[in-house]
Amino acid sequence: MADFDQELDASGLNCPLPILRAKKTLNSMSSGQVLHIIATDPGSVKDFDSFAKQTGNELMESKEEGGKFHFLIKKS
Amino acid sequence: MEQKKLAIIATKGSLDWAYPPFILASTAAALGYEVQIFFTFYGLQLLKKDLSLEVTPLGNPGMPMPMGMDKWFPILGMTLPGMQGMMTAMMKQKMKKKGVASIEELRELCIEAEVKMVACQMTVDLFDMEQSQFIGGIEYAGAAAFFEFAGESDICLYI
Repeated sequence: MADFDQELDASGLNCPLPILRAKKTLNSMSSGQVLHIIATDPGSVKDFDSFAKQTGNELMESKEEGGKFHFLIKKS
Repeated sequence: MEQKKLAIIATKGSLDWAYPPFILASTAAALGYEVQIFFTFYGLQLLKKDLSLEVTPLGNPGMPMPMGMDKWFPILGMTLPGMQGMMTAMMKQKMKKKGVASIEELRELCIEAEVKMVACQMTVDLFDMEQSQFIGGIEYAGAAAFFEFAGESDICLYI
């Protein structure tokens, strides 16, 4: 897993909480920083894809590992 | 990219109907939308300081029930005293178990995300409600005022 500046564990949280928590965390980060999100909600895969597309933040990585979903989002 | 607008008109006050406006509003806000919700009629229940939202399967044939009850439990049974309270408690428990936010939490998230919440002044007067019963930070207005925003919105939903 590439380097990240902050990590957000959204395990056990269902839609729309992972996205909302991610948005809140990203707000406090600087442009160019990377947020690593861990989620267990399978719906979050599509959600983060849409989130990145609609907010202009780059979804650098999206994968499943150890039964959880991992996302790397770079703040634009 | 120009900011998109979402207008929601919330007219229902039961626990199951409370979720769609708050989830849609908070998600849209997270995606960068400007969001306003107009609470009218029973939607006003969602703005009360002390939320006591309930849900009942009575008259709700689409509501799934545990233990396959919707297949064999007689409809009259749902009118028994305590049934509504029990169903509400079971629904809330299920939400918690599945990691779904409570209405209080979702409403808080909406406020944080600067979703503008507007209470229909007419309905407040109609049902003899007081502003002190509602949470702070909301506006009171009529339909015409809301149309200013709704008319410009990209998405307008009636819930």
